[in-house]
Amino acid sequence: MAKCVTICPIGPVDHGMLERIARHIEMRCSVMCRVSSKMDRPEYAYDERRCQYNSTTILKHLIRCCPDKVLGFMGVTCEDLFVPILKYVFGLAEMEGRCSVISMYRLRPEFYDRPPDQGLLEERVKKTALHELGHCLGLTHCKNRRCVMYSSVRIEDTDMKHADFCPTCSELFTWRVDTCLSPCRL
Amino acid sequence: MSKMPRILVVDDERPMRESLNDWLKEDGYRVGLAASGQEAVDMARKEPWEVILLDLKMPGMDGLKTLKKLKEVRPDAEVLMMTAYATVETAVQAMKEGAFDYLVKPFDPDEVEVQIKKILAHKELVLENILLRRKLEETYQFDEIIGKSDAMQELFELISRVAPTDSTVLITGESGTGKELIARAIHGNSNRCFMPFIAVSCGALPDSLLESELFGYEKGAFTGAEHTKKGRFEMAHRGTLFLDEIGDVSLKTQVDLLRVLQQKEVQRLGSEKVMEVDVRIIAATNRDLDKAIQEKRFREDLYYRLNVIHIEVPPLRERKDDIPLLTDAFIRKYCLEMNREEVKVGASALKQLMAYDWPGNVRELENIVERAMVIGQGKEISADDLPFSRKEAGLETFPKSLKMMEKVHIERVLEAAGWNISQAARDLDIDRQTLYNKLEKYEIRRGDS
Repeated sequence: MAKCVTICPIGPVDHGMLERIARHIEMRCSVMCRVSSKMDRPEYAYDERRCQYNSTTILKHLIRCCPDKVLGFMGVTCEDLFVPILKYVFGLAEMEGRCSVISMYRLRPEFYDRPPDQGLLEERVKKTALHELGHCLGLTHCKNRRCVMYSSVRIEDTDMKHADFCPTCSELFTWRVDTCLSPCRL
Repeated sequence: MSKMPRILVVDDERPMRESLNDWLKEDGYRVGLAASGQEAVDMARKEPWEVILLDLKMPGMDGLKTLKKLKEVRPDAEVLMMTAYATVETAVQAMKEGAFDYLVKPFDPDEVEVQIKKILAHKELVLENILLRRKLEETYQFDEIIGKSDAMQELFELISRVAPTDSTVLITGESGTGKELIARAIHGNSNRCFMPFIAVSCGALPDSLLESELFGYEKGAFTGAEHTKKGRFEMAHRGTLFLDEIGDVSLKTQVDLLRVLQQKEVQRLGSEKVMEVDVRIIAATNRDLDKAIQEKRFREDLYYRLNVIHIEVPPLRERKDDIPLLTDAFIRKYCLEMNREEVKVGASALKQLMAYDWPGNVRELENIVERAMVIGQGKEISADDLPFSRKEAGLETFPKSLKMMEKVHIERVLEAAGWNISQAARDLDIDRQTLYNKLEKYEIRRGDS
């Protein structure tokens, strides 16, 4: 398995922003990160009743399309995501797997009747991406409100935390990456 | 909580189960999934779950039926109902059946988190309360003796100091104050605790019988002695002999007792053989021994032999602070015996218990609690379940004739003594035969009063 994470845009997503997110992941996680070619808008996951996209369905699709030998495969979409039991999710990850999907829909300040702010949106995407990547590597929610692995159920939670792991989660993350890349797993 | 809490998700719709599974696992919870009410009940039987997320509308066994079953199997588990069909009625009904709260599907992510955290905080608080209560109970309990009043705390202290010695102890106190429990606590906390504790109710036996009980007899020692019998002194060798109602022992037996205490030897009736005995004596009485000595009914030398350490047990009316604690302890005891769920004592009932004078002391309180739990089958003992409630309300008819007054008084004393005839006779200061005569005369039978 390569020490590489692939970000895959799903539908129209700002490519420049995704590149900057990739650099952030490389810096924080000491792994390579690249942006792949985009996938089509996930119409297969659209729920007409809820006017939202089912993130579980998208995740299953990503699992089927996941390239071999990557550490992580992360879909990024501008659509509004849900899981059947919840009204919405910011992202969804395959716990101790490789795939995850994140939504920028509710990360945009405009969603909360605020003026557009590209910097703020990018910061929120970075945090959500790192958070879901953490789940893929088996990390559960952290109790430290400043840690990126703190559970974000409201946008305020996302804004409160740093775009980085706390020392404990950081060590755990590194250990998990090493475990995933150890020869016996290859 | 030290371990990761276990959450059981019960929903017939697979996507609902799976999405909750994913969501909860991200928080580190251990998650179990059940697709039906029956599966949930089976899973709950196999292992405990701290929280159960239960769908209200399911085919077969619906949410409310499942809730009832789950509460039977795991009464400690907190259940959060999930429904897409939120109506006040169903929600209220579920809460009445014991659900902690309910959530309307689909939930806000923070709603689930808040509810689960609320439940876990609540459970931790309950656990803390239980631990705190246990700790308090340990402070307020010495073996089976219960009391937080200053008088009882001093008594516990005295027992702790006296128990490890081999000194003879005289316990005095009114009938029903728990003198035997104190004797047992002294024995249980002494170096003799692994040896026998033998109790003899001296007042309950006629003189000749008491003698053979205490000292034993050889086969053929008297008419009817068909085999050799060990005496209680022998049985208590290296242990403790508790002589209850010592104030009722005849002067002749007092002489025999004094001899054993002085010489530490016993001789079975009809035997020449003298046996050495190593016995710690604890004696108890509800009689005024000083008065008995003055009236030459009790030997002064025996009194001083017995009264090396004197423990006076306060009557219940002098330690009313202990009534709530004792009432709770008896309720717990009878809940276990009667296989009842938790029963509490109501405020007005407790007020009456506190106001009563308790001539029969703790034994009477225990009898009244037992009676109240038999009469009232609810979750709370009310004033109506207590025998003196009619009295306070002025509904009880007051007997005018002396004969009737005597009958009512005998009934009350018997009730207070738990229908122990010997005890009641002593309390009435008459002999047992006189009491039997009066029971026949007034046609008093157990259960009539």
